[in-house]
Amino acid sequence: MEYKPIRKVVSGNYAAAYAALHSRVQVVAAYPITPQTSIIEKIAEFIANGETDIQYVPVESEHSAMAACIGASATGARAFTATSAQGLALMHEMLHWASGARLPIVMVDVNRAMAPPWSVWDDQTDSLAQRDTGWMQFYAENNQEVYDGVIMAFKVAETVNLPAMVIESAFILSHTYDVVEMIPQELVDEFLPPRKPLYDLADFEREPFSVGSLATPADYYEFRYKIQKAMEEAKKVIKEVGREFGERFGRDYSQMIETYRTDDADFVFMGMGSLMGTVKQAVDILRQEGYKVGAAKVRWFRPFPKEELYELAKNVDGIAVLDRNYSFGMEGILFTEAKGALYNTDAKPLMKNYIVGLGGRDFTVNDVRKIAENMNAVIEKGELDVEVDWYHLKR
Amino acid sequence: MAESPFKADIERVQKEYSEKMTPGAIVYIPGSSVINKTGSWRVFMPEFNREKCTRCYLCYIYCPEPSIYIDEEGYPVFDYDYCKGCGICANECPVDAIVMVRETK
Repeated sequence: MEYKPIRKVVSGNYAAAYAALHSRVQVVAAYPITPQTSIIEKIAEFIANGETDIQYVPVESEHSAMAACIGASATGARAFTATSAQGLALMHEMLHWASGARLPIVMVDVNRAMAPPWSVWDDQTDSLAQRDTGWMQFYAENNQEVYDGVIMAFKVAETVNLPAMVIESAFILSHTYDVVEMIPQELVDEFLPPRKPLYDLADFEREPFSVGSLATPADYYEFRYKIQKAMEEAKKVIKEVGREFGERFGRDYSQMIETYRTDDADFVFMGMGSLMGTVKQAVDILRQEGYKVGAAKVRWFRPFPKEELYELAKNVDGIAVLDRNYSFGMEGILFTEAKGALYNTDAKPLMKNYIVGLGGRDFTVNDVRKIAENMNAVIEKGELDVEVDWYHLKR
Repeated sequence: MAESPFKADIERVQKEYSEKMTPGAIVYIPGSSVINKTGSWRVFMPEFNREKCTRCYLCYIYCPEPSIYIDEEGYPVFDYDYCKGCGICANECPVDAIVMVRETK
């Protein structure tokens, strides 16, 4: 069958819901929270309209939502959920259970700032605070990447038997409408065949077995190592799946760090998610003005693309890391990761951290220009003014 | 002493367990917990006096593990591989045929 995309004007959340539908998820368990709610509302609508026979489990909390997804996934079903901020934090314990049991659940997290003070706007600290749970993390730049990301995440997750988060920005993507090219169902089915589970609790024919067992100090260590090996394997799988997606549907995702005009760049802006769309536009303008700049969008934060970062870093004089998140007592989280990944290499670009857009503070092309001017001065001088720049701070 | 009914299981599990360290810590060996000899937790051990025993079976019924078996003559036998030394048997025994003594190893 020839690929002819179906173009729909949808919000990021509807893109996520359509992607779940087209991925033929079998179980959805979720609890509403702004700005995630319309994902689940849309899936409920698909069910009410008779478009799908998804089993929808209404639960009383996000902790239970993830618990239900774990149960469903352990029976071999394709399970999906979505949440934001406080909801994701409440799921935290269950996130470890999902990855430890090696269940390829896919979740959309709509990035929202953690309270207090209450905020419903975009901020990456909620998902990055789940960094060490053993979940893969894919950050989407636009609604199209939300749709593509969910479908690819299922394929990657089910290949390496680890869960995956697809992350989009509150309101900037979740409630903003854009054209999304959707893939006809038969072609999604070819790309994403039914899941072949590692084990199936609902298979009563086979020998009995137990899940959620205890491991003594003699065994626990090896189980952790197996998860790390699966994460390393995931890097290969992500590139293969991204390439296959590009061959079939025209949008290539084989780069874990998408590079934009970086070939001859003096310095690059590095960041994740929707803010990188703004950065790319700014790069085009800055290039016209004579700045040799590029953009590096980290698509996959876990597993972390160390090798791709090195290839990028060894050819530039500086990296301006844009963090819409913060680890109190340290610095922006991507900044820490990027510096750490390069420490034992011969790539030593000047690296400066700009804290931008926390709690949905507007981040515009003009901001990128100001950061470019500052970064240019830093590189010319050859030393940092400050390492972590609270760029927007009202002074 | 009556032989532990788990002996064959222990041998089977020990053989299979090392071969099957599965991703997700899934245990495909039914009854595999027999390899964990919980008797090592014990501080006090039940000491049995056969002369006093009336073969009422209360110890056998109350043992929560259960690690008391009944031999061919109807007397209780204690499986010290799994007896944690909780003392319930000694507490229930109506004729004081079981007493708890500090174990020295």
